[in-house]
Amino acid sequence: MAGPLEQFEIKTLVPIHIGGVDASFTNASLFMVVAVTAVTLFLTIGMRKREMVPGRWQSMSELIYQFVAGMVRENVGNEGRAYFPFIFTLFMFILFANLIGLLPYSFTVTSHIIVTFALAGVVFVGVTIIALVKHGLKFFSYFVPHGTPVVMMPLLVPIEVISYLARPVTLALRLFANMTAGHTMLKVFAGFVILLGVFGVAPMVVIVALYGLELLVALLQAYVFAILTSLYLHDALHLH
Amino acid sequence: MEVAAAKLIGAGLAVIGLSGVGIGIGNVFASFITAVGRNPAARPIVLPYTFLGFALVEAVALYALLIAFLVLFG
Repeated sequence: MAGPLEQFEIKTLVPIHIGGVDASFTNASLFMVVAVTAVTLFLTIGMRKREMVPGRWQSMSELIYQFVAGMVRENVGNEGRAYFPFIFTLFMFILFANLIGLLPYSFTVTSHIIVTFALAGVVFVGVTIIALVKHGLKFFSYFVPHGTPVVMMPLLVPIEVISYLARPVTLALRLFANMTAGHTMLKVFAGFVILLGVFGVAPMVVIVALYGLELLVALLQAYVFAILTSLYLHDALHLH
Repeated sequence: MEVAAAKLIGAGLAVIGLSGVGIGIGNVFASFITAVGRNPAARPIVLPYTFLGFALVEAVALYALLIAFLVLFG
């Protein structure tokens, strides 16, 4: 019987080798395509009718749009409107990737550190470049908090720099660890169900409860990723 | 000591940190309940921050769990 960690294995579906690089189409790639397709279909078909009094699908699309738009406006300010498409895309991709991973026999794209690190890396590099372009060299005044005595600076500035550099790491690690831990726990309890035979009803009840928790975590982690991106963007645009 | 035994002990030690996380999550929701108890109209305003705080504290729990898994299966 498979162990709890075998669900995270990457299987090559279509081998593609360019030069010496393995650019195969894997099950991870497949589910990323599925997630993007699902988001696109959900939003475009939902908004097709454009009724004044929205039906169910249009209502859902509008609610999600309003939710993310409100979050961006509140946390980044008015200048953040230019970055709304990016944050909305990030939110929808992570949300759908997390949710699709909860379906049986599917694969959770965001349970791989390389995927979450790519997303977090884009956010970190992008936000730093935005800050440097907007503020120039005054960007480095961000690491000296307002009103620090000069004596404290040699201790405080390295701490601030390290905590700034830790941002992509924690951003990536949070999403990865939540997804991986949740799915591993589900698999471990599933193993117990088989092991206990008739009394496997008890682990089954736990699996149902855990599944509800995983649903909440999937939604929450997408929201946390998006809101932290907005907060970092706020720091970059306003430098405090 | 055998490697397998050391791995099990290491994983057990790694999850001791989850006690702090339990206190933290309890703290977040205790503050939420107190705030809503004193001012029920503030509920929709404080709710997003409650979930954000919960997710951030939960992340620390998962860092500890990650170390435990790394020790156990790595």
